Amino acid sequence: MAPLIDPILTVSDLHAGYDGAPVVFGVSLQVMPGELVAIVGANGAGKTTTMRSICGLIHPLKGRILFEGHDISEMPAHEILKLGISYVPEGRRIFGKLSVRKNLYLGAYTEKSHIEVKRRMEELFEIFPVLRARANQVAETLSGGEQQMLAIARGLISKPKLLMLDEMSLGLMPTMVEKMMATITSINRAGATVLLVEQMVQEALEIAHRGYVIQNGKIIQQGSASQLMDSEEVRKAYLGM
Amino acid sequence: METFLQVLIDGMLSGMLYALVAAGLCLIWGVMDVINFAHGEYLMVAMYVSYWLGFLLNIDPLVSTIAAGAFIFLLGALTYKLIIRFTIGKPGLVALLATFGLAVLIKNLCMNQFSPNFRIISNTWLGGKTIHLGGLIIAVPQLTAGILALVVIGILYWLVNNTRFGWAVQATAMDRDAAELVGINTDRIYVLVFGIGGACVGIGGGIMPSYLAVHPEVGSMFGLIAFVCVAMGGFGSIPGALLSGLLVGVVEALAGFYIAPVFKYIAVFGLYLAVIFIRPKGIFGW
Repeated sequence: MAPLIDPILTVSDLHAGYDGAPVVFGVSLQVMPGELVAIVGANGAGKTTTMRSICGLIHPLKGRILFEGHDISEMPAHEILKLGISYVPEGRRIFGKLSVRKNLYLGAYTEKSHIEVKRRMEELFEIFPVLRARANQVAETLSGGEQQMLAIARGLISKPKLLMLDEMSLGLMPTMVEKMMATITSINRAGATVLLVEQMVQEALEIAHRGYVIQNGKIIQQGSASQLMDSEEVRKAYLGM
Repeated sequence: METFLQVLIDGMLSGMLYALVAAGLCLIWGVMDVINFAHGEYLMVAMYVSYWLGFLLNIDPLVSTIAAGAFIFLLGALTYKLIIRFTIGKPGLVALLATFGLAVLIKNLCMNQFSPNFRIISNTWLGGKTIHLGGLIIAVPQLTAGILALVVIGILYWLVNNTRFGWAVQATAMDRDAAELVGINTDRIYVLVFGIGGACVGIGGGIMPSYLAVHPEVGSMFGLIAFVCVAMGGFGSIPGALLSGLLVGVVEALAGFYIAPVFKYIAVFGLYLAVIFIRPKGIFGW
C-alpha cells in the first residue's frame, strides 16, 4: 500500500563533492513531515556534503533532490530557504561582528514585515532566554553554547518547514549537548520537521524517530532509531559497545 | 598662523573628496575582497560625463554630478556582471588583473575619443566664487564638493550600519555561504555594492569639473590615493577611509606648501608606509 503522506524531502541517488570529485556516492533518503531524522556517521563520511547539497550550497554531480515535490537540485541556497529549508551549518557560522539582534533580523531576511519579525524574535527569546539578555551584544563575544543557540534561533526565525542541523554538539560541553538535544526535541514536538547530522551517534539516535548511518559516502544502514541502536554493527562501530 | 590655517582648510577640502573616492573603493574591497584597479578611471569617466553635460547641454556640474553618480553606478554594476562575477572564488590576482585591464581599456578609449587635451567648463554656478573669513579665503566649488562628499559618506555609513540592506552587505562580507543560507541573494548584493561603490566615485568625479580640468590621466593619481586611504584606514572601514582621506589631504597640502610641491606625494606615501608599519591592518582594521 502506498504511504498516505508524501515525504517533505526526498534525496535520490545523490552524488556530490568538490571540484568534480565526489565524496558522496548514491545517497538516497526520505524525511516525512513532522519527523526528526538523524544522519549519523564518522567524521568525513559525507554527512555535511549531503546537507550542503540539500540546502543548495553545492549542486549534485548526479541525482535529484525533491522538496515538497519541487526539484531543488540546481537551485541557489537563498531560493531554497524561501521554499522552507533552513540549514544551521557546522561551526555555527553566525555573523560574529554583528549583534545578536541583527543576526536574528538577518535570519528573517525574507520576511518583510517588521512586526512579524519582532513577534518571532519574542517567541525565540522564550525558547532561548539567554539570547534576550545578550540581544545587543556582538555575537562573537558569546560563549560556544550561546553561539550555538543563536545559530539555531537564526535558523528557526524564518519559520522553516524543514530545519537541518549540522554537528550541533561540536565543541560543546556534555551538559550543553544534553540541553541542545532537549531543545531540538521540543522544537520538533512543536511541529517542525528536523533533519539532524551528528557524530555523537547515541545522543542523536536517542532523540530521533528514524536514522541513516552513512559511511564512506554511502548509506550503509537505515531504520527506526531503536532498530539502529539495537544493531550489532552500529553498537560496535559507533557506540563503543 | 593664518597661512597655516589656509593650507589646512585647503588640505581638508581635498581630503574630503579623497575620502569619498576611497569610501567607494573601501566598500567594494571590504565586501568582496576585490581590488578595483579601474576605480580612478571611474572617476575620470564621471568627470567626462559632467563635462559633456556642461559643454553640450549647459548643465552645471552641481546638477550633472547626480547623472555622473547614476552613470558610474551602472558602469560598476556592469563591471561586476561582465567581469568580476567570473573572478569570484579564484585567486585575488585574477580580479586585480581583470580590473587593471579594464582601467587600461577605459583610459585608452577616452584618449581615443576625447584626445589627451585638458578640458574645463567655464561659467559654472560656483566657478571663481570665494568666501572670506577674516584673512582666510575658501573656494566655494571646493567647499561645496567637500560638503557633498561628507553628506554622501554619511549616507553610505548610515546605509551600511542601520538598514537591513546594510546588515545583509556586512553579512555577505563576513561569510557569503552563511548569508546565502539566511536567504540573502549574495550575487545581487555584489552587483549593488559594485554599483554603490561606483556611484560614490561618480558623485565625487561629477562635481569636480567645477574647478578641475578633465583629461584621460586625471583618475590615475586619485585611484592611487584612494588605495592608500583604504589600506591606511583599514579594509572595509568607512570611518577609516574618511579619517585617512582627511589625513592624506592635509599632509599633501602642508608638504606641498611648506616643503615643495614636488614633495607632497613623497609625504603622503611616507605617511602611508609609517601607518602600515605600525598598524598593518590600518587605523580601524580588524
